[in-house]
Amino acid sequence: MLKVRGLKVSFRSEHGLVRAVDDVSFDVGEREILGVVGESGSGKTISLLTVMGLINDPNAVIEGSIVYKGRELLGLPQRELRHVRGKEIAMIFQDPMTALTPVYTIGWQIAEQVLTHNAVSKRTARERAVELLTAVGIPNPEVSVDRYPHQLSGGMRQRAVIAMALSCNPSLLIADEPTTALDVTVQAQILELIQKLRRDFGSAIVLITHDMGVVAEVADRVQVMYAGRIVERAAKRDIFKGPRHPYTWGLLDSIPPLDGPRPHRLKSIAGMPPSLLALPKGCAFGPRCRYRFEKCGEPPRLAGSGGHDSACFLSPESRAAAWAGRLLDDKAVS
Amino acid sequence: MTDQAASPANLADDPSAAAARPGRGPWATALRKLRGDRAAMAALLVFLLVVALCLLAPFYAKYVAHSDPFRSNLSGKIMVGGKRVPVMETSTEGLGLGFTPIAPTWDFRAYFLGADGQGRDVAARLLYGGRNSLVIAGVSTVMCLVLAAIVGLVAGFFGGVVDWVLSRLLDVLWAFPVYLLAISLSIVLISHGIDIGPISINAGSLSLPIFIIGIIYVPYVARPIRGQVLALTQSEFVLAAIGLGVPNHRILFRDILPNVMTTLIVFVPLMMAINMLTESALSFLSIGVQPPDASWGTIIQDGQELLYTRPIVALAPGIAIVITVLALNILGDGVRDALDPRSKLRIRSA
Amino acid sequence: MLGAIVKRLGQMLFVMFGISVLVFLIFFATPGADPAARIAGRNASPETLAAVRKDFGFDRPLPVQYGLLMERLFITQDLTSFVNRGWKVVPAVIDVAPVTLSLVVGAAILWVIGGVVIGLVAAATRGSVLDRTLMILGLIGVSMPVYWLGEVMNLLTQARLHDTWLFAWVPPLGYKPLTADPVGWFLTLVIPWITLATLYMGLYGRVLRANLVEAGQEDYIRTARAKGLSETRILVRHALRTSLITIVTLFGLDFGALVGGAALLTEVVFGLQGIGKLTFDSLRNFDLPVIMATVMYASFFVVVANALVDLLYVVLDPRIRKA
Repeated sequence: MLKVRGLKVSFRSEHGLVRAVDDVSFDVGEREILGVVGESGSGKTISLLTVMGLINDPNAVIEGSIVYKGRELLGLPQRELRHVRGKEIAMIFQDPMTALTPVYTIGWQIAEQVLTHNAVSKRTARERAVELLTAVGIPNPEVSVDRYPHQLSGGMRQRAVIAMALSCNPSLLIADEPTTALDVTVQAQILELIQKLRRDFGSAIVLITHDMGVVAEVADRVQVMYAGRIVERAAKRDIFKGPRHPYTWGLLDSIPPLDGPRPHRLKSIAGMPPSLLALPKGCAFGPRCRYRFEKCGEPPRLAGSGGHDSACFLSPESRAAAWAGRLLDDKAVS
Repeated sequence: MTDQAASPANLADDPSAAAARPGRGPWATALRKLRGDRAAMAALLVFLLVVALCLLAPFYAKYVAHSDPFRSNLSGKIMVGGKRVPVMETSTEGLGLGFTPIAPTWDFRAYFLGADGQGRDVAARLLYGGRNSLVIAGVSTVMCLVLAAIVGLVAGFFGGVVDWVLSRLLDVLWAFPVYLLAISLSIVLISHGIDIGPISINAGSLSLPIFIIGIIYVPYVARPIRGQVLALTQSEFVLAAIGLGVPNHRILFRDILPNVMTTLIVFVPLMMAINMLTESALSFLSIGVQPPDASWGTIIQDGQELLYTRPIVALAPGIAIVITVLALNILGDGVRDALDPRSKLRIRSA
Repeated sequence: MLGAIVKRLGQMLFVMFGISVLVFLIFFATPGADPAARIAGRNASPETLAAVRKDFGFDRPLPVQYGLLMERLFITQDLTSFVNRGWKVVPAVIDVAPVTLSLVVGAAILWVIGGVVIGLVAAATRGSVLDRTLMILGLIGVSMPVYWLGEVMNLLTQARLHDTWLFAWVPPLGYKPLTADPVGWFLTLVIPWITLATLYMGLYGRVLRANLVEAGQEDYIRTARAKGLSETRILVRHALRTSLITIVTLFGLDFGALVGGAALLTEVVFGLQGIGKLTFDSLRNFDLPVIMATVMYASFFVVVANALVDLLYVVLDPRIRKA
């Protein structure tokens, strides 16, 4: 349904060209939940903002192709893109506290989106708003529809934002760290809601996060990004059972374990992500990678088999050895 | 235990680990930004030019124009283009009775901008008037900022009852429409001056408008200062200092004041512009600068009766004010952007 | 919400009381010269001085003097001018109030609309030549003394360009009452309105533009874009609506300054017989009772206007209303 090919997004700055997204290609199928994982600066948010056409920085340089339901979105004039945004593809953002305009009721804001894309009466739009609020689990929807954003808690606001995003039945919902600003119990509820969306509304969902735990819960497929590039991509089970890229290993390692022996020290990945102004010539993760060897000076290509791709030069044998070595390390630490 | 930090992949290879550049102090950064702001620099230049010209007033009057701008000169004559011409021409308007002052000669040596209703050299008066206007604006600004800083610091730092009382005082003072307050004070003090204990100002002195204008805008500046001091007092480093037993006056001077200085500096050009406009309005109403002194405002008042016959007398000082205040406003914008791009201070008008 | 209204009104009364005390102190208690001499005006005869002393109770303690003054200003309203002997001041002030109101309200409408339009256009065309020009013009407007601008307008409309089609319609300086001559009323006020509004239009345009640009960075604007709304709608319905709150606050602050200062000066320059002109004339004559009365009434008007604006604030910003 969504085919992104060779997407490159750079920003001209006084220090040079900042390569935020460096040749990224991926697909999103109907009704699937794709988890996009990476730390800040990995390009995960910017690539999806570009899909929505929400990059309006005059210094941005965008290349590549974004095809949605057979239609090329990149290069489309804003006028036409606006018909896609909010209607076919919807996006929700990280901080629910500031996502809604403070001076209008949530019902008004949801109705506004409905009315923008559909020629219906105000009353119909309002009814739809109530319907949506019910669907996302907001109590007392008839009353809540006339509440102002500041009268709702964070979790409720995020639900309202989700309701608004769904108001025109989009085929694709992009959720940018929807639970990061919420506490853990609310996080669980929102994730449940997202799964329900796929079930009841049939939307495909791209879930952007830095939290592998979130991905483990809801995603069908997972895509790991680093320094503007995709480094690994697989079905969820495959990623968790047999991750191939050293960065993914690092991410998985840094999840504090809920059971088992208590580790001496929480693991982290040594070093810092590279400056996007001066990416390394070869593998972007190279400087931080324990398993680096000479070949890593060349840029690796995303390749693999059975739906499981990774951008790493480690041969399956070396990989197995490295993996075994890591398990030994674990034993040694605990 | 495995050491994850030392890896064969040298951090030296990593271009992101470049040597950190030594940080610049905030004042140096601000100054650099300001110097890069071309509009602000141009405005500063214009302002300094105006100041320089006005300071040269006595020199101009004595050596260049050879006129005494404070003495009536109704029957005087000057040299224009080789001919001796009377300063007050017979009027050609209406019935031909009365006199009209001479038009601008555009000659620096003889009544550059023509004469006013008393036959005086407008250009020379303009420079002298400018001197007074600038001095009043400058000194009253300093006074206003000093007072506001004191009030703001005391109210914000000590809080409690002191703050409540000071804030209420500021509220009432500010609720009084500024110009009406200035007018009331001026009218009451102009006739007899002030004589409170150590403060003794003569009725005709320039210090009177300085004093009045210096007071009336204190709430305008004191409020944001108080807010800032209040926030700073709650901040961790100040609380730590208090906890450590550092005496109050040291905290005030070493920790809080430097932070407040930024706000005060931003206020300098802004308040100068406002005060200059206020002084000119008061002088126009005849309750600011008193004769025989002149200021741009008084000259505009002088020019009122000549508005249709010899408009330059009223126009010239007004243009001078606009240029100066505009320069100050542009400079003020630049200073604010250089020091604190996120501030919400704004420019007030007369 | 009723609680908030009552609280605000209470505050208003407190401030009015404070102002009345301040006026009293300024005129009666400033150390220096004999207050009776001030009130009685220049060259007052000894009998007048004695009468003044008795009327205002200068031989009695200060609070009593205050009470007496307030009584004469508001209750008995028989404060009389000593320049125009016997002329009752307070009724005179009330009589000329409509002039000031016409001037001030008309100018306010003009400058708010003008300011909003300028701010919107500048923000929408951010960075363009139009934007920069509007901002510079606004800055120039703020840098002009209002009375001087008035003089210049007069020079053009009454003298230099009066005979051209541009300004032939401008009537001579003065005010025509609305009820007697609506068209004349309008014509006499157009130029003063424009003069007064120019000052503030520029200022408001600049402030609104800054606010709109800042609002444009907010998260809710990003959400609005993601919804697929047009840029115009986002600007007007979302950014402007939220920025209006600041504008209203500003307006409240400026209205006060306006009545006290700029309106006064404008009335003088255009020969409109309002409270401002009355104050000005009495200034020239040092007619203290008149000055006191005009200052008090003008201040009170401002305080009331500010309170009204604050209440309007509650309507505009739902976050302030109690649930």
